[in-house]
This record gives sequence, C-alpha cells and structure tokens, in this order.
Amino acid sequence: MGTRQFGARVRRSEDADLLRGRGRYVDDIHLPSMLHAYFVRSPHAHALMKGVDMAAARAAQGVAAVLAIEDLPGAMRSARIPTVIALDDGVALRTQHCLARGEVNHVGQPVAVVIARTAALAEDAAAHVAVDYDVLAAVSDARAALAHDAPPVHCDLSGNLAALVANGYGDVEAAFAGAAHVFSDAFWMHRGGGMAMETRAVVAHEDGASGMLTVWSSTQTPHLGQRILAELLARGSDTIRAIAPHVGGGFGPKAPFYPEEAVIPAAALLLGQPVKWTEDRHEHFLSAAQEHDQYWTLAIAVDQSGRILGLRGEMILDAGAFAPWGNVMPNIAAVTLPGPYVVPAYGFAVKVALTNKVATVPVRGAGRPQAVFAMERMLDRVARELSIDRAEVRRRNLIAAEAMPYTRPLVFRDAKPITYQSGDFPRAMHMALASARYDGFKDRQARARAGGRHIGIGIANYVEATGLGPFEGVSVRVLNTGKVAVATGAADQGQGVRTTLAQVIADAIGCRIEDIEVRVGDTGAIAQGVGAFASRQAIIAGSAALMAGEAVRRQIVALAARAFAVEEAEIEVADGVASARGGNRPALSFAALARLAQGEPGAAFAAGQMPGLEHVAYFAPAQASFCNGTHVAEVEVDALTGAVRVLDYCVGHDSGRVINPMIVEGQVQGGVAHGIGNALLEWMRYDETGQPLTTTFADYLLPTATDVPTCRIAHIETPNPLNPLGVTGAGEGGAIPAPAAIVAAIEDALSPYGVRFCEMPLTPERIVAALREAGAYARLAPI
Amino acid sequence: MKPQAFAYHAPRGLNEAIALLARLDNAKLLAGGQSLVAMMNFRVVAPDAIVDLNGVAGLDGIAVGGERLRIGAMTRQRDIEVSPLIARHAPLFAAALAHVGHRQTRNRGTIGGSLAHADPAAELPAICAVHDAVVELAGPRGTRRVEARDFCTDFMTTAAAPEEIVTAIEMALPPRGHGFGFAEFARRHGDFALAGAAALVVLGAGGMVDRAAVVLFGVAHAPLRLAQAEEALRGRALTRAGILAAAAAARAITPIGDMHASADFRRHLVEVLLARALRDAALRIGVDVGGGA
Amino acid sequence: MSEHAVTLTVNGVAHARTIEGRVNLADFLRHTLGLTGTHVGCEHGVCGACTVLVDGRSVRACLMFAVQADGRAVTTVEGLAAADGGLDPLQAAFREHHGLQCGFCTPGMLMTLTEFLRENKTPSAAQVREAIGGNLCRCTGYAGIIAAALAAARRIAADGA
Repeated sequence: MGTRQFGARVRRSEDADLLRGRGRYVDDIHLPSMLHAYFVRSPHAHALMKGVDMAAARAAQGVAAVLAIEDLPGAMRSARIPTVIALDDGVALRTQHCLARGEVNHVGQPVAVVIARTAALAEDAAAHVAVDYDVLAAVSDARAALAHDAPPVHCDLSGNLAALVANGYGDVEAAFAGAAHVFSDAFWMHRGGGMAMETRAVVAHEDGASGMLTVWSSTQTPHLGQRILAELLARGSDTIRAIAPHVGGGFGPKAPFYPEEAVIPAAALLLGQPVKWTEDRHEHFLSAAQEHDQYWTLAIAVDQSGRILGLRGEMILDAGAFAPWGNVMPNIAAVTLPGPYVVPAYGFAVKVALTNKVATVPVRGAGRPQAVFAMERMLDRVARELSIDRAEVRRRNLIAAEAMPYTRPLVFRDAKPITYQSGDFPRAMHMALASARYDGFKDRQARARAGGRHIGIGIANYVEATGLGPFEGVSVRVLNTGKVAVATGAADQGQGVRTTLAQVIADAIGCRIEDIEVRVGDTGAIAQGVGAFASRQAIIAGSAALMAGEAVRRQIVALAARAFAVEEAEIEVADGVASARGGNRPALSFAALARLAQGEPGAAFAAGQMPGLEHVAYFAPAQASFCNGTHVAEVEVDALTGAVRVLDYCVGHDSGRVINPMIVEGQVQGGVAHGIGNALLEWMRYDETGQPLTTTFADYLLPTATDVPTCRIAHIETPNPLNPLGVTGAGEGGAIPAPAAIVAAIEDALSPYGVRFCEMPLTPERIVAALREAGAYARLAPI
Repeated sequence: MKPQAFAYHAPRGLNEAIALLARLDNAKLLAGGQSLVAMMNFRVVAPDAIVDLNGVAGLDGIAVGGERLRIGAMTRQRDIEVSPLIARHAPLFAAALAHVGHRQTRNRGTIGGSLAHADPAAELPAICAVHDAVVELAGPRGTRRVEARDFCTDFMTTAAAPEEIVTAIEMALPPRGHGFGFAEFARRHGDFALAGAAALVVLGAGGMVDRAAVVLFGVAHAPLRLAQAEEALRGRALTRAGILAAAAAARAITPIGDMHASADFRRHLVEVLLARALRDAALRIGVDVGGGA
Repeated sequence: MSEHAVTLTVNGVAHARTIEGRVNLADFLRHTLGLTGTHVGCEHGVCGACTVLVDGRSVRACLMFAVQADGRAVTTVEGLAAADGGLDPLQAAFREHHGLQCGFCTPGMLMTLTEFLRENKTPSAAQVREAIGGNLCRCTGYAGIIAAALAAARRIAADGA
C-alpha cells in the first residue's frame, strides 16, 4: 500500500514553479498585439456627470479606443452588474454599472477606459478625458449617513438606510429585567481591505478561429465570472472561458465580479485584439472592495456568577456605495456574536447604511472578527466587574462538548438553524491556555511590572460558520500516461488547494501523489463551479474529490477484475497499479488500464462498462459547518509611546480532521497576521467628504515580519459529521479572534491604570490618550 | 502608476550636471530615487527631464582628514551604515540609519538625496543638523556651504537653489568618547518616524557636560535643534532629573499634526524620545541614569 | 520621447535593448525581457515584491529606471536555481518550511534573503525578521519564511563546512 497522504505534512506541489519564478499570474500573460487599458476614475465621492469629452484622449499617442458606458455592448450600456446573492425585498443595496452612468457614488468609481499600445500611454491619455462633474454633497460616516438630513448616497434614493435586519430568540426583556448585573459598551470596529499582494488584473482575448472568448482574471470565482459575463454580453457561457491562473492572494475582495472584468472583455471584442488591465496599487485602494466601519452597542445580562442570561445589541454597518456580495454581513454578525457560549436570550439588530465609499465585500473572517471582538470584550468586562478570572468566566459560559450537536434558534445564510455538529470548546480553550502558560502569567506579569515593563494577556474564543454551498465539483480522469488529471471549480489564491485535493485523491484512488495534476480555477476544465470563500475548499471540494476519486477507483477495480478474470474483491490498487491478490498476482498500471478503458475499434464493451476511467462528483453540503478555536495573545506595551509588541501567541484550533497540518498551520498563522493588522495597524481612512486618505502602503499599514510572532498552534480534531472527510475548514479562522485577544492583552497590560478599549484598530495615539486621561503619566516617567 | 514621459540625462561630470540643470526646464535631479521615483510613479511629481547623478564621478565616498569628516552626496545610506570610519568617528549616523527604510532602499538611497528631499520625518537631515555639519552645494556660480541646521527650510524645501546640486556634507569630527543617543517612534520598523530625537553629549572636566546637541525630527517642517534643552544640560552633571528637565523643554514646541499623529501626540512622544536618546547618550559614556535601555 | 540603448546582464545572460527612459527595471524585466518571476505589488517601494539584485545588492526594481541598470549585472528569481533546475538551498527551505502560499511576494523574499544570507552566516530569527521587514506578505504571517531562512543558513553553513 502507498503511504497515506491524509493527515501528512505533504510538501506543496504548487511550490516548484512559484519558487523558480515560473508562476503564471494574470499580468504575466503576454499575447501578440495585446493592448493595455487604464481606467478613468471619479475624483469625487458623489457627483452627477454632465458630459464626458473623450476627443483629446482618442487623439493621443498610441490610443486605440476610449470608451464610456454608451460605447459598451448590449446590456452593459444600461444594466447594473448582476448580483450573485439575491437581496430580500426592501433591501436598498445595489451593484454598480460597468462604467458610471450619469452619476458617481465614490472616489475611484470607473467612468471611462482608455485602451492604448502600452499601459503608460493609456495612463497618459486618460489625463485628457474631460469629465464635466456636478459635484454633490457626500457622506462618508455611516452614523452621519443615517441622519434625516444626510445627503443621499444615490440620487434616486430618499435616504441611506439600505436595510434593517433583526435577529434573536428568547425573552430578552425578561432576561435583562431579572439579571443581577447588566453591562453595556459601545464599539467602533474597522477592518479595511484584503490587500492581496497581487492587485486585480484582467486579460481578455477572443480567438477568431474558435469564437472562444478567454478571460484571465485574478479572481476567487472564475465560474461566477463566466456566468455574469455571459449575461452582460448576451453570449452563451460555452463561448466564454474564464481562467483564474496563479492568483496572488484573495481574502474576499477578489470574490465579487467587478466592472473591469466586464469592460476589458468588451473592449477586446470591440477592438478584435487582446486587452490587458493590471490594477495599480493606488487604484486598488480606490476601487477594490473592502469592509468598512461598524458601530456597535451591546449589553449583556449576567447572574451573580457571571453566567450569561441575555445579550442584546445593535449595529450600524457601513455598506459603502455598492454591495456586490449581497447583504450577508448583518446575518453573519448576528449568528457569530453568541459564539461558543450558552446565551439563553438574544436580540440583535443591524442598520445597514450606505455611504459614498468604495464597495464592500466580506474580507477574510467576513465580519466575524468584529462580532467576536464585541462578545469577547463584553466577557472581559463581566470578568473585571465581577472579579472573576477571564478564563473562568468563559469556562462558565462555554457550551459543553456533551451538548453537541448544539442548535441555536438562529437562521443562517443557508436558511437552516445554526447547529454546531462538532467541536469541544472547553478543550480548545484549555489547550490554548496551557500552551500560553496562562496559569503562571500573573507571576510573570508581576515580575515584569516590578521591572517597569507592562505585559498583558488576552483570551478570545470564536466559532466560525464555514463550508457554505451551494456546491463544488471535482473531476478525476486517468490519462493514458498513467497520470491522474484532476479539475475543480474551487479556485486557489495560495491556500494549497492543488496539494490538499491531491492528497485526498491519492488515498481514494490509490496512486502516487506526484502523479496527480490538479487544475483549478478554469471553466474550460470543469463546467460547474463556484469558487473560494467561506473557508469552504477543503470541505466542499475536498469531499467532491473524495467522491470522484472513490468512483474512479471503483472503475479501476471493475476493469482490472474483468481483465484478470477475478472477483473485484481480489483487486487491490496502490501506487498507480491495480493487481490481483491471488494467482500469479497479475498487475496493470494506470496507463495500461486507461488504454484498456477506451476499448478497441470494433470491439464491444462488457455490459454496463463505460468508456474511460473518469468521474465528476459534486458535493453539496446540507448546511454550514462550524470550526472553532481559542487564541491567547501576550503583549508588551510601551506605556510612554503606546507601542505594542506581540510577544507570544497561542492557538487552540479545531478545524475537524486535518488533511495537511502544514497547510492548516500556514492558514492559521497567516490569519493571525491579518488579525494583528486589524487589531493594531490597518485603517482605511476617509475625510468627511468621502475622499480616501490612505491610498499607499506607507499610509495603510500592513503587518510586517517584525510585527507578527510565530504562533504556537495546537490542533483539536473533532470530526465533522457533515462531510465524508470530517473537516470543518481553516481558511479564515486565524483572523477572527486575533483583534479581540490582542486588545484584551493590551488592556490587561495597562490594568494598573484602569484604561479600557472598545475599538479596533487600537492605535498608539489612542493608548496614550487613554493613559493620559487616566492620569497615568503622573506615575510614569519617560526614563 | 507609470511616470509621465521625461527626457533622461546621465551626465558623467559635475559641471555637465550643473549645466544640464541650468538649461533644462522642469528638470529634477535623480539621486537614489527612493522617494522621487515613487512620487513620479504616482505622477505627484512629473518632471520633463531627469538629470541622473548616479554616473557623476566623484560624488560618493566617506573621508576623514584634518579633523573633518566628509561624506559625498551620492554615498549610499547602506555604505554609511556599515562604514568603519563612521563607526569610529560618528556612530550616531549608523544608529539612525538602522531606522531608515529597509536594506533595499538603503542600498540605493543616498545622504544627499535625503537632504535634498527634506522630508520632515527623515533621519539624516536631523543627524547632520545635530552634528553641526555643513551642506556643500555646487551651482553655476560655484560652490557654497550652508549649515545643515539651516538647510531644510520648510516642508520638503531646502536652502538649495533650483540650479544647485548637493555635493557633500562636511563636519568637524565629534570629540573622541562623545555620547550619542537616538530614539524614534514609527508605527512599524523602517517606517517614517512620527517623531524622533537624537542627542550628542560631550563630558568635560569633572564629569560636567561640556557640549550637548539635541535635535528633534518628524515634529516640525524641518529638523529642530532644541537650544533650551542643550542649555539645560550644559555645565551640569548628567542625571536622570537633569535629562528629564531637558526633555521637558520639548513641551514648548508646536508640532505639526496630521492623520498619522496629532500635534499633541507628537509633543508627548518627542519628550519621551528625547529623554531616551539622552539616557542612551549618557549610558554610552558610562553614566547610567537608570530607566533601562 | 527619450529612447535609450541599454546593455546589461540578467542572470548572467547579456541583453541589449532600446527603451524609454520612464520604464522601470521591474517592468523592463517582466515585459521587455519576459522574465515575469519578478513581481510588482505596489510600484511605490513599500511591498518589496519587485526586489532584485543589482551588482549583488538588493534594490526595489520599481524605484529604479531600467536605463539606470545600463552596464550592470542583475539577478532575479529565475537566476537562483542551479543550471540543472535544482532548487538552491533557500528555495528548497521555502518549500520544506511552507514559506510561501500564493507565491506573489516570494521572489522578493528570496532575493532579499539571498543578499542577507550571503552576509549573515548564522543569523538569529530577530535578524531575519528585520531583514525581510521591507517585504510584505499577506498570506503566510511570515513564520514559514523565517523558519526557511534559518534552515537555509544552517544548510549553507553545513555545505560550506
């Protein structure tokens, strides 16, 4: 038998090319006679367009075309980009047009496109596109946007309240009325962008001979893109091939379909030449979707011992000007907030506010970091007010392992009640606390304080809904070379999908992992697909891979049994060879079997035999899965400057059974880094008129190697019964509790001064201001 | 983010460069390019001509002679950082350079470029100012010198005329055994400082401060020598109380405020940083005033 | 428009081209020479993805015009592996220690660390962190990269001993 791949630290098949500089990202694609695009974007947060004069730009050197919305084909002239997630009635969220149609609603919205011989010439000419704007009042603060006299974000709407979403269960009023203690706090939370290192990019080319329009896009969802583009161009989707080749990070903002993904193919069709657009970083800040501010108020009712009796709150959600991923955030916030805790009564309401800012989409963690932040900060409050240890107050409220499956009467996006099928929350917390040496921390802290150092520790628990539908597919085919060709609609932006699926298939089918070649993110390789989001790849595509691999193994066994004239039970398959256990142990390689499976001209197949060794399987989950974990952060704060250093970071992580610990740990570590950014650094700022202020990597700060410690990760593997692999997904979990744990640790470090923090990111300036207000500097000298 | 087209000139000699600069309209000098090229990529700066100093002979190198230190304008920041001459005679430069950008930018960035660019948060103009260095300028009418402390005149503005080129900085060698300290606060390692301070201290007879020079940066439009602090230190022993009192002089400044840090925060920071820089300077000459390092 | 003749070597191979003055070294390598291993992440000198070696020293290729590389020797990620295609010790360590996910920052990381390890034979983790402080990675959280650099240093020392 071959080595079992599931559970092994298999080195990634992706790496050999990427390490040699042989990756193929969209901007690496060069086609003969290819033209280059540059977008003219709105400099105003809100304006009416009275006219666009393109004459000078069209006459500029090297320019092939300048297009505004009237120049686009068919439906693109009038229709907004189709939504991928339907909106409930009364929800006033919308997508944008492919190019602005008479009105711009945020700085950076595409207004026109210049196509020229080089990218530099296109940028030169774009400066000559003269747009006559009638500048309107704009609003950038979600709270201000909801004022009755706020300027409307969209001229055709009377107000900026796009949706009201309420959730809850139980008798909240009674819970609060009868509680020994009620505490409430207000929170501001911000997340900013996904900030993949590769910006967005699109190349489009129609092959004159075949009539096939090929679109390469740096996207998480090529199959969705193919579908939307087909709609906009009124073409059969069989004449569009969408490819996400190597993609340099996704994190959410590359999930929706963007105007540029329609305009570039349209330009290529109009001009009959390939067209490339590579977003520059400045454009990325202006036009790639982000998460915006959330303003929360939350109240918790507890008994004398700190047990939760009720939870209620509300949130104003800043949706920006456009929402291409639907209205999913209010629901995610509502179902995430109670997390791993028993919450007998619960009420939560969200006001979704439009603002004149760039479109919003879920970013890695998808609103959960904020919900977890609010919940965990409230529990820290309870612990402090009741003088209970912070771990203990959590222990008293965690759902017990024996309570699984645990159903909470909240309906999630999959239209099913929240049901935790797996997980052992107390154990995950225990393991994280143990590796953080939590029990000895008070002594460490006391020693540090005696030496003038401020260290602190913070705990945060979370539960994340993962593995959302509708489905994902995997095809497995044995080639005449003996290699196994795999294709999936699951897209990869660095998660190692190729390696993970190959591990599953190698075990399922019985071949060497090196003989498996996985193609991801190509609509030409598999007809149906969805893409990457919701930590879903291992669950959905992984399960489909198992199903397809097992099906092909059954075909191999049947074919070999027939060839050797033995019972199927006599066949074993390993390392790419099928052999019979008995007799003289006849064997056939996959290569020989693949040829055999194609038959001979004129010969007849056996009854029931199908040609080829090939199967396509789709896995459609019955409902969401849930992964969970505990993060414990230890930090040091320079109380004089507000500088924060994360000294140690421990994770207890339960993503069900682990296919590849190396890859899962990489996902967790990367997520924690993202969470550190959210906790301390990342802040996309706008002025009150909607002008973005942080549009460079010198102003919008990403965590660097000196900001992120190496996490110590303990795996808890409670198998998930909802899929045959037992996995629960790992792509986002790392980012979710990190801000809560870090801000809690900062507060703990500074506890002698009694300062409290209800915001993320928490900046040094805010720390110093709080300490000053608390009178700390009467007790602290610069040296 | 492609720069606007420009005419590129690569003179081989200083006179040729000066002549080009005088002749060309809307020309910019290109030294290390670590700020200028980024600004050109954003088209915030769009020169019609670039005069590249990288091929001009004789503008780089570090030399000591006649009790003076000379650093050519085109000397790379990295070369200053690792120079044995700098380590021996003016180690504050190396201490500061560890905070200047990253290795890749220091490999290209030059001291002259940093001075000419005059970013208020830049370390090198402040370090030149605290050393009482002079900036040597060459132009069509010859060479002149400007005190480094007067060289940066406003936000990204210097005393150099448009047709002048920074050719070197020069300074008297700091006395052997001087103490130096450097402290800055940046959001991440290598970022531009929100505030910073550097100090040079020389002890005289009886352990009293003979000479003290302190400079603040990132808080005003140009590096700020803090005379009150220097006077507070001079003629006294280096003590914790004395350092705290000198640092308190920073409370009187009116810092700039922007989205990265308010004026109040900068004022708070710079007092802390100045105290720490002075503490480290004291420690380096064997005076431990406490407070850790 | 100003066009300039440029002669340089890239990974030991001589190239002569005529280019516009405004073309930066990263775009020149990628689009003129077709060496797309060098990546462009920000074009303002912060992300480090475009790091290459010029005469052995790491530089941001987005902040240097290609015309300035005239007469220089440039090394890119394509020049790291051995002639037989085998990964060099640093590349191999990246694979072994999961030092990459999406791979976009990887070439810049490799070039930065190539220079660093040449000068620091026995680096500490803190030194490695500082060395790559000017290279942003959004995927890995840096842990695998740091482990890889330390392992490569040990391997290089062992091979050289």
